[in-house]
Amino acid sequence: MFIELLRRECLLAWRRPGEALTPLVFFLVTSMLFPLGLTPDPDLLRPLAPGLIWVIAFLAGMLGVQGLFRADYDDGSLEQLLLSPRPLTLAILAKALGHWLVTGLPIVCGAALVAEMLFVPPHVLAALVAGLALGTPILTLLGTLVSALTVGLRQAAVLAPVLILPLSVPVLIFGAHSALLAMHGQSTARAFVVLAGMLILALSLLPAAAALGLRIGHEA
Amino acid sequence: MAGRATPWLIGLTLVLMAAGLVGGLWLAPPDYQMGDGFRIIYIHVPSALLSMVVFAVMAVASAVGLIWRIRMAHAVTAAAAPIGAAFTFIALVTGALWGKPMWGTYWVWDARLTSELILLFLYFGYLALVHAFPDRRTGDQAGAILAIVGAVDLPIIHFSVQWWTTLHQGATLKLSGTPMPVSMLWPLLVMMLAFLCYFAWLLMVRLRAEILRREYRARWVEKI
Repeated sequence: MFIELLRRECLLAWRRPGEALTPLVFFLVTSMLFPLGLTPDPDLLRPLAPGLIWVIAFLAGMLGVQGLFRADYDDGSLEQLLLSPRPLTLAILAKALGHWLVTGLPIVCGAALVAEMLFVPPHVLAALVAGLALGTPILTLLGTLVSALTVGLRQAAVLAPVLILPLSVPVLIFGAHSALLAMHGQSTARAFVVLAGMLILALSLLPAAAALGLRIGHEA
Repeated sequence: MAGRATPWLIGLTLVLMAAGLVGGLWLAPPDYQMGDGFRIIYIHVPSALLSMVVFAVMAVASAVGLIWRIRMAHAVTAAAAPIGAAFTFIALVTGALWGKPMWGTYWVWDARLTSELILLFLYFGYLALVHAFPDRRTGDQAGAILAIVGAVDLPIIHFSVQWWTTLHQGATLKLSGTPMPVSMLWPLLVMMLAFLCYFAWLLMVRLRAEILRREYRARWVEKI
């Protein structure tokens, strides 16, 4: 069932590419605004770039994830999942993974391009991309939980970012700082270990919490 | 029970708060560096303590409510959340007022200030989520999940924010070897107790109102 759900997610994204690509396009367009708004000077942009990229990746990730269960809720397939005898946690994990593959992964790749345009040196670029690869799944999982809690609510679009942002602060701190450490030529190992630990924690706990949230919403 | 406990809590709160304020504002000597400015600590530290205690209370009550399906526990969480948000806000404001003369600025991006601010946003998020549901019970349970996840996340937030170099002074209160003279210390401890009693008092009052609001159709409510 896991594989089938994953395929369904990817297929749905493939059929409606506009929706799936919006976060990536948002990411690219927003990052273009910073040289225009701040300064085109490479020496000033370089130290700011990793933090900027992390923040934009954050916002872009949030853009897509809040409606994760919306379409399924509207057409009734969420009900099918809830009624199915298979574990709901696994189904949610499949949906989250599918969502990350469709939106998170392109942003991680796009970040390399944007970093080049913001004059990030190559050795920092590796840390930046690795950090984003570890950090964006955590963000997707947090977003999965929040969208499970707010599915069916009218205010979901406003509510979701308010709920996700405070919870995801550690990811931003360790992610952005790992890139800064690389820029100062220091070891990034510690930040990556913490990020990986947080990812494992999120992988093991958040899908179950999201399953509980969906069931609560469904009972009402 | 709440009705019987409330007068005691009011009395205890007022006595402790009076003792703490007299001790803190008159009896304690002025600090040799900060002068009388340090006295705001008697409001600031207890509020900051309570802001965290209240969230812990909420998380425990949420877990109890989710696991054993006790509706009363959700009422406790709902009643405690605004109080906790208020304490967090007080801690931030008093800290900012103290920071202006002492550090020369109202706000710095320091570890403890930042995590306190995030805590405030967590309270706001909880309140917004609970009130977004048209149905009380669903809102309670969704909020309970958020409170538990937030409580798991809070230590991580605190730790991660601490990773920055910090300007805030280290913990003044330690179990052994407090660097604070006794004349300054006892009013602080008394004020902490006073704030705890104050929270219990407020919680009782709010909980009563919350239960009445929830059970307004029940027969025993009609008798009151």
